[in-house]
Parts: sequence; structure tokens; C-alpha cells
Amino acid sequence: MPSVQANTMTSDPDKIIQAIRWLYRPALFLVCLIPFALLAWRTIEGDLGANPVEYITRYTGDWSLRFLMITLALTPLRMLTGIGKLLRFRRMLGLFAFFYVCLHFSTYVWLDRELDLSTVITDVIKRPYITVGFTAFLLLIPMAITSTNKMIKRLGRNWAKLHKAIYIIGALGVLHYLWLVKADVREPIIYAVILIVLLGFRAVKQRRALKH
Amino acid sequence: MLIKIKGSHPIASSDITAEKIYLERRKFLEKAIQAGLITAAGSLFPTTAAALSTHDGGRPLTNIRDTDYGKGLTPTAYKHITTYNNFYEFGTSKESPAGRAHTLKTRPWSVMVSGECERPGQYDFEDILKNHTLEERIYRFRCVEAWSMVVPWVGFPLGDLLKRFKPTSKAKYVAFSTLNDPAQMPGQKRRVLGWPYIEGLRIDEAMHPLALIAVGLYGQEMPKQNGAPLRLIVPWKYGFKSIKSIVKIEFTEQQPPTSWNISAGREYGFYSNVNPQVDHPRWSQARERILGASLFTPKQETLMFNGYADQVASLYRGMDLREQF
Repeated sequence: MPSVQANTMTSDPDKIIQAIRWLYRPALFLVCLIPFALLAWRTIEGDLGANPVEYITRYTGDWSLRFLMITLALTPLRMLTGIGKLLRFRRMLGLFAFFYVCLHFSTYVWLDRELDLSTVITDVIKRPYITVGFTAFLLLIPMAITSTNKMIKRLGRNWAKLHKAIYIIGALGVLHYLWLVKADVREPIIYAVILIVLLGFRAVKQRRALKH
Repeated sequence: MLIKIKGSHPIASSDITAEKIYLERRKFLEKAIQAGLITAAGSLFPTTAAALSTHDGGRPLTNIRDTDYGKGLTPTAYKHITTYNNFYEFGTSKESPAGRAHTLKTRPWSVMVSGECERPGQYDFEDILKNHTLEERIYRFRCVEAWSMVVPWVGFPLGDLLKRFKPTSKAKYVAFSTLNDPAQMPGQKRRVLGWPYIEGLRIDEAMHPLALIAVGLYGQEMPKQNGAPLRLIVPWKYGFKSIKSIVKIEFTEQQPPTSWNISAGREYGFYSNVNPQVDHPRWSQARERILGASLFTPKQETLMFNGYADQVASLYRGMDLREQF
């Protein structure tokens, strides 16, 4: 067997690329799971520091925002590189954003609020950063539900409309972070700048397209 | 969180024996094991979280008088007290003071005393120390961010120190300042807060026997990340009132401005007494997370005046604590 492989490799690199194409998706899937795996490892090792609940809340919040930004970066990236296939990964990345948001939300409800739903409701009503974070979470749910091929077909044009919500969700996520910090707004501002660049790119492109 | 490179001081917690020796000496070990504290301290898994940078800190203090303050409370592990700090002069994350505070030069150190008193002047840290008997007091420490710990501080009553400067009848308040030197405190290169950090107390609060000038913890010199060489401890108020690395004390007639109040007045009042009934606008103050507890340990109820109501409630008689928070 090894001799056959070596033979293929030297004769036709394109064929190799074709042959491993099926690997992209599972490979990306595993990569997206790395932050979760690291968190699980640190939890098992008892290596979450003095305040484990705060650590997990921050960690899952950070990765929620990162995945939202990565998902939003695919369209501009495709425009810049011309690699249309990039969009194939948009669904998986978006669903991973939802996955980390779910972890973040359940950490808050379960570990931080200790399943006391009355305090969750108070928070959602009284505290603006939780109001916007919760709204973003709610908006993500229909997007996740309608992410299957079947739903895309069934919803047709409305699907695209519905999934424009990701722009609002991105903005709400950044606002959630901005309103949550006590004094040091550097990191939320970095996210805000990234978001503005990613959305601005689309706006500029669209305007140019309209002019032509 | 920005991507960070792991600290360059990977001292395993197993290398640091001071706490253990200490616990044995004080016969706390038994209690600590019962409370699962040792397990929680994660001593089985020495990792970066345990990395300390006490550097020249950690020197044992001598002639410490024992007191009854906090007997029965289980102190939080040394590791947690010294690696989870709000000390924005060394960065705004909880871990960064432990990694960066080594740039602080704590000797020579002096405190400038001024304002409404008969003995203003520049007082050397050593001179301040030699007139007081050090005592250990185990206090609850409650952060405004709804977490808490129990710390065996070493120090002396603030009132004893202030009386030496002979405050006049015009001294209605005491104002404190932290060192302002971006070279030693790199966090001051960014104006996250107005520097220097300033705090203040009403004179009767400052003279209260519970108010402490702390110069150490766990029987050792104060670690830099905890506010070396001397800091304030006001156990019935939120932690940010207990200003660190003090270089100035001023007696004033008017209520002095305070850093967090300037930064966000609606969120941080001048008094900032621990009060489970008055929420911070962004989080409830009813319960608190105990540092070092496991993931599923329930929070504990926050006590009025952080459990010191019997001693301090009389200071605020007739005040609306919702208004004057």
C-alpha cells in the first residue's frame, strides 16, 4: 500500500487534493472543537483559577464572539480571494458560534444564577448588557433551526432575509461585551472595530454593485 | 480576552511551602482539609494558575500578635489570594497583577501626610512600622464584583496611625492616594482610571477599630500584587475602598473624590458599604462567589456590612443607605 500512495503523490498532486477534499469538513469540525476541548481539560484538571465560574463564563463568551466574527469574515474573505468554496463552511462556523453561545448562556443560568430563574428574568429586564446578550441568544435560535438544507429550500427567499439577523446578532454581542466591562473597554472596542470592518466591507461592495 | 503568552514564572505550587507550614503552625490544616480547601487549591495539579511572582515578597513577618478577629473563618488559599487581584495599575485582568507587579519598588517607601493635622510630613515606611505592634486579623473580603475571600491580614489599626499625626477638629475626612509612577506601574500607561488611584473615608470610619493598615498576609510581607508595602483594609466595605500601595494620606474638611466614583458615579458611591439589598446596576449583590470553591459550590448569602454590622452599623445611623450607597 505505501508504494501506491507514494506513486500517486509524485504523479498527480491534483488528484491528492481531490482525494482529501472530504477531509476539509471533519478537519474544520475538529479544529472548532479545540477551544471546547481545552476548556474541558482545564475543568477536569481543576485548572480554572480562583473563580472557575467566572473563568468559564468569560471563556465561552470570548469564543462566542470569535466564532461570530469568523463567520462574518467569510463573505469578505471570499470577495477578496475569489475562493467561492469558503462559503461552504459558513454554516458549520455559524453553528459553532451558536454552540459556544449555548455554553455561555447555560453557564450563566446554571452556574452563575444557580438555576434561579427569577434572578435571570430580573437580570434580563434590569441590566442592559444582559438584555442585549439574551436578545442575541434568542435571535440565534431560529437561525440555527433553519440551517438545514431542507429549511433553506422550504423558506426560499425568506431564508436569506432571516439569516441577515447575523449582522444584528454580531452588533448585540459586541454591545453586550462593551456594556459589561467596568472600565477597560479595549477588548470590546477591538471587536467593535473588527465588526465595523466586516460589515463595512459588505456595504461598500453593495453600493459599488448598485452603481454599475 | 486577548491572546496571552503564558507567564514566565512557572513555579509549581508544590514548590511553595510557606502556606502549608503556616497552616500547620496555626493548626488550620485540619479545618482546611475538612472544608476541602486543600483539594480546591489544586495542589495536585501544579499549573500556570499556581504560578506566583512574589519575588522579594514572601518574607516572614515577626512578632505578630494573635487576635480573635475571624477565628472560625477558613482562610482562602494563599495561591488564590495572590493570583486573583484587581489592581489596575498592573493591568485589568485578574491574573496580570501577579505576573507584572514585580516592577514595583517597595523600598525605600514613604508616605506623605498632609492637610488638617498637627504633624504633617514625609514618613518613612520603617518609621511608620516601628511604632506599631503587628497583629493578625482574619477578615472577610467582599469585592463589588460579587466574589469574596477570607484573608489573614497582618497589620495595625488605621486609627492608631492617624492619631500619631494629630488630626485637628477640621479633619472630617481622610483621603488616600496610591503611588503614581507608570514606570513601576505599567498599567498606568493607559488611562483606564484617572491616576493616581484615590480613595477616602469619613474620619469616624477611619478611626473605627476594624479599619486596618495591612502590611502582610499569611504571616508574610505583603505581596506586591496585593498592595505592598502598605494598604488599607476596610472589611465592611467593597474591596475597591481598600486602597493599595499608599503614598499619601491627607486630612480634609470636605468629602474627598474617589477613583471609581469619578469613573462611574452611578455604580460606585463614596460609602460603598457591603449591602446585599442594594444592587450594583450591573449585578445583584445578594450573593457572593467564594474564591477557590469548586465549580458547583453554591454561592453564599452576602451579609449586611459584610458581616460586621454589629460593629459598624452605628456609624450610619439615620442615613438612607440606598441613597448614600
